[in-house]
Amino acid sequence: MKKFFSSFYTNLVLLFLYVPIVVLIIYSFNSSKGRVWTGFSLEWYEKLFHNGVILSSMLNTLIVAIIASVAATILGTTAALGMHNMKKVPRNVIKNVTYMQILNPEIVTGISLMLMFSFFRMNPGFVTLILAHITFCVPTVVLNILPKLRQLNKSIYEAALDLGCNKTQAFFKVIIPEIMPGIVTGFLMAVTYSIDDFVISYFTTGPTAQTLPITIYSMTKKRVSPEINALSTLMFAVVLAILIFVNTNDIKKEKETVKKIAGYKNN
Amino acid sequence: MTKRSKVAAFPYIIWIVLFTIIPLTLVFVFAFTDKSLHFTWDNLTNASKYMPVLIKSIYLAVLATVICLVIAYPLAYIMSRKNGNSQRMMVMLVMLPMWMNFLLRTYAWMTILENNGLINTFLQSIGLSKIQMINTQGAVVLGMVYNYLPFMILPLYSIMTKIDNRIIEAAQDLGAGSLHVLRRIIFPLSFPGITTGITMTFVPAVSTFVISGMLGGSNNFLIGDLIEQQFLGNEYNLNYGAATSLLLMIVVLISMGIFNQFDNAELEETLI
Repeated sequence: MKKFFSSFYTNLVLLFLYVPIVVLIIYSFNSSKGRVWTGFSLEWYEKLFHNGVILSSMLNTLIVAIIASVAATILGTTAALGMHNMKKVPRNVIKNVTYMQILNPEIVTGISLMLMFSFFRMNPGFVTLILAHITFCVPTVVLNILPKLRQLNKSIYEAALDLGCNKTQAFFKVIIPEIMPGIVTGFLMAVTYSIDDFVISYFTTGPTAQTLPITIYSMTKKRVSPEINALSTLMFAVVLAILIFVNTNDIKKEKETVKKIAGYKNN
Repeated sequence: MTKRSKVAAFPYIIWIVLFTIIPLTLVFVFAFTDKSLHFTWDNLTNASKYMPVLIKSIYLAVLATVICLVIAYPLAYIMSRKNGNSQRMMVMLVMLPMWMNFLLRTYAWMTILENNGLINTFLQSIGLSKIQMINTQGAVVLGMVYNYLPFMILPLYSIMTKIDNRIIEAAQDLGAGSLHVLRRIIFPLSFPGITTGITMTFVPAVSTFVISGMLGGSNNFLIGDLIEQQFLGNEYNLNYGAATSLLLMIVVLISMGIFNQFDNAELEETLI
């Protein structure tokens, strides 16, 4: 009885989370603009791929995401390395500012950057957009790498020095590989944050640098634009594919490790 | 590593000063000055005119946060008691909608709630009359709950996985009923997750302008909409806008002061 209730409840919440997405997907194949089902068609997908505004904003999104996340990863990695070697008080000050950036409402980050750009007479466009994206991406990178540095075993670095590495070699052969998982996660999160961001971009970009979320926003203002349904379906499919790929890879790796361990035991 | 490597953090410190400290300082400066940079209280007195808007925003955000907590708490507990593989599956299922842009998720609800949307079309087809759903407070709260529910589920789940089943069993063996176990064991041990979840839901909910704009129409003008209008819309006035943002920041700071201490390990874990 208890089991029945808990799976019923779980399914109910999942239903709530997925019904809107399913509705979008179904409507993306509807042949008419309205809410009434009039037949299957791929019309909206065709229109989507001929929509120059959507395609160019997609390109803009990717360019901004790549530049911003690479810059944020470099800046964040050096920052975490430096912070790790600081005394407790200055380190905590920087850490708290880093938290503050994440916890600040997006709209406040957006308008504060907009105020600064307009105060220093910078025209909103690609440059301001990229600067803004780097700003909100760095904290995630820093917070992903700091714990890895804390877990780092100092003796390995010292061992490398004892075995004849100079400091630079030891740094690149020991420390960087040890914190690599943190760097990679930080980078990937920066990419997704940048692609997904609407609010901060909305306040810091100009008409020359429209990203995909901004284009979507202006499309929703027109209320009925079935191309959005097609776009959502495609994006959902891409995300689903990536997640399935990453997960099956994880499971495979796990199985391999289990096999390896079993192999050692047998030997 | 040598002491010199502290230097590596300097570019980041400069970046923080340029793109976080100076912009936030400018919000203060703009909030307390007029167009020719002379000190004035006018912006804040103007912003206080919008107190009802602020109160309505807080009210709707609190409502959405409470509903999220009520929905998420049992789910997070159920998830945390599953075995490894189904746990991973459930986390993926909860996170997957988050990966879709929130504009699209909100747009989906527009499709469903509109006057000639899915629900109303259905109601008419079975001979009932239409219900006004879009452009109501309920629609705004629904949009907030839908968008931010995963932010409540995940921190709760991550703290509940740390509750050892043996503690619950020990309490049961010692004669505690389900309610007693919930009140004396699960609730206190999951408390840090509750506070993190509340912050992560309340802050974006109280400052939203997209959800209220798309689902609430012109009747549900929230503090976020006001700020948006003052910076990019019809009520363009950067000084007024800065003052309104200052009010919002105060609300957020107070709510975080109530629910979180800085440098909270749980918060760190959930954020990254």
